[in-house]
Amino acid sequence: MIEGAAWRKWVFVNIPIILFVFVLLFPFYWMVITTVRPDAELYRPWNAPNYNPFWTWQPTLEHIQYLLEETLFGTWMLNTMIIALTSTVISLVCGVFAGYALARLNFPFAGSLGTGIFVTYLVPQTLLFIPLSDIIRNFRLGDSPWALILTYPTFLIPFCTWLMMGYFKAIPKELEECARIDGASRFKAMLYIILPIAVPGILSAGIFAFTLSWNEFIYALVFLASPEQKTVPVGVTSELIRGDVFFWGPLMAGALLGSIPVALVYSFFVEHYVAGMTGAVKG
Amino acid sequence: MSATTTTAPSVGLRRAPRGRLSMLFEDERWLAMALLFPTMVLLGLFIAYPFVTGVLLSMSSARVGMPGEFVGMANFAKLWNDPIFARAVYNTFLYTIVTTILKLGLGLWLAVLLNRHFRGKAFVRAFILLPFIIPTVLSTFAWKWMFDPTFSVLNWTFRTLGLIDTRINWLGDPDLAMLSIVVVNVWRGVPFYAISLLAGLQTISPDLHEAAAIDGARPWARFWHITWPLLLPVTMVVVLFSVIQTFADFQLVYVLTGGGPANATHLFATYAYQIAIGTGLLSEGAAISLAMFPVLFLVVIVQLLYIRRVETR
Repeated sequence: MIEGAAWRKWVFVNIPIILFVFVLLFPFYWMVITTVRPDAELYRPWNAPNYNPFWTWQPTLEHIQYLLEETLFGTWMLNTMIIALTSTVISLVCGVFAGYALARLNFPFAGSLGTGIFVTYLVPQTLLFIPLSDIIRNFRLGDSPWALILTYPTFLIPFCTWLMMGYFKAIPKELEECARIDGASRFKAMLYIILPIAVPGILSAGIFAFTLSWNEFIYALVFLASPEQKTVPVGVTSELIRGDVFFWGPLMAGALLGSIPVALVYSFFVEHYVAGMTGAVKG
Repeated sequence: MSATTTTAPSVGLRRAPRGRLSMLFEDERWLAMALLFPTMVLLGLFIAYPFVTGVLLSMSSARVGMPGEFVGMANFAKLWNDPIFARAVYNTFLYTIVTTILKLGLGLWLAVLLNRHFRGKAFVRAFILLPFIIPTVLSTFAWKWMFDPTFSVLNWTFRTLGLIDTRINWLGDPDLAMLSIVVVNVWRGVPFYAISLLAGLQTISPDLHEAAAIDGARPWARFWHITWPLLLPVTMVVVLFSVIQTFADFQLVYVLTGGGPANATHLFATYAYQIAIGTGLLSEGAAISLAMFPVLFLVVIVQLLYIRRVETR
């Protein structure tokens, strides 16, 4: 790369990057500072004199305490965790199997099935939530975690399948043929030879699927009714607002704590996450 | 394997059916069917089946707890004359087009910046994706708090800088509310565009740029004649994905304005939710969300054709 004078680098690279980072991260700073700020400081009008909204000298944990003691936040976290983990595991198993079949096996209609799964990948949840809510009610799944555990795979499986297809296609066929010559069945060759090689792909798909299910909102909003069944996004939305009154302190505390599991998973597996995301796009 | 086959004969007998099954799975067609079975069941039950019932529902007069009867296209005819629906259609197109242009422009700029060398690059790259990975509803609440009519930090900042005297009612005015929604969507989408496009940029060999630079091409010309054409396939897919997600968006508007003020910021999905879940008119709600289908279908077709063209090249 050809580099110019130092000031040019500042104007064209460093300053724009600093601005981007500032704007992209400021709302999270705002979340944190609101969480630890006492109510008396929080509700000062925008034009109050001598007021610095960016810092507090009296940090407090009262909002977090309220969130944990007065609401069902812990239950929501647990619900979300169980639902996200279970639907991720189901989707991974289905996606790995389907991806293997579509990438490796010859069978009639393989092409159109692959296209079909790809098309369901592009079906947004908002297209089908109304008839689905009817179906969930008819299946007697309403207001139970199963309503989400069984429906989340509909948007996770296509993604996992698509990503795994890419991984499986890149693994040379000879590896599998060697195992087959040594007497392994097709299924065993898949299980013991191909799957271990595809572990990075499975990890990427799993991490991405986990964050997607943690993020899901409209199904959880429509299919669940009682407060103790809710997931974090829905619980925070519906239980920390009374009519027109927003409990901003606990709300921001909930937003912050509710983001931590995803942020942790992300921070441990940044590269896998990015591989999953860009792989999902490149197909 | 050999250890199990040399045990007592009774064990061997019990294992016989499994042996037959694995014989069956030696046939690729049977194995493929078995492997695809769970996926097909789940997608059939919760995508194909609701799609069919959704179409039937939209042509009925069903409400919550009332099956209703067949009414043909009456729900769609009613929508045709519904000014709120017209506004929602207008909003959805405006929202999709404006945010997509902004996200692509800013995302591309950020991707090009991230492709340069600077200190703390890995750190920056990891952190800027946060808006995309943090659950949308939760980060949108942070924005709603920043847009609060009385306690807005944005208003405080603008006043302190001497830019405004009266407060800006970010979410209370129809046009400003739409603008606020666009801002939050762009904020959330730019990292996704940037990181995806960066992955595309990194596959472009720096040799091409050096060769062009030696031939005297200015940076802008190099971007336009080398980077952009080579990045186009990734860009196409990213844009089509994002268009679908944005067109069918729900969470942002639901949290920020709930479709208000006075139904001025509804999108297809939020209006469908309000009619179907809020007022219980299931059939009309289903008709509203199905009205998205033609556009989504068109985008999917474009995407499939494009992928096929790239693959056959």
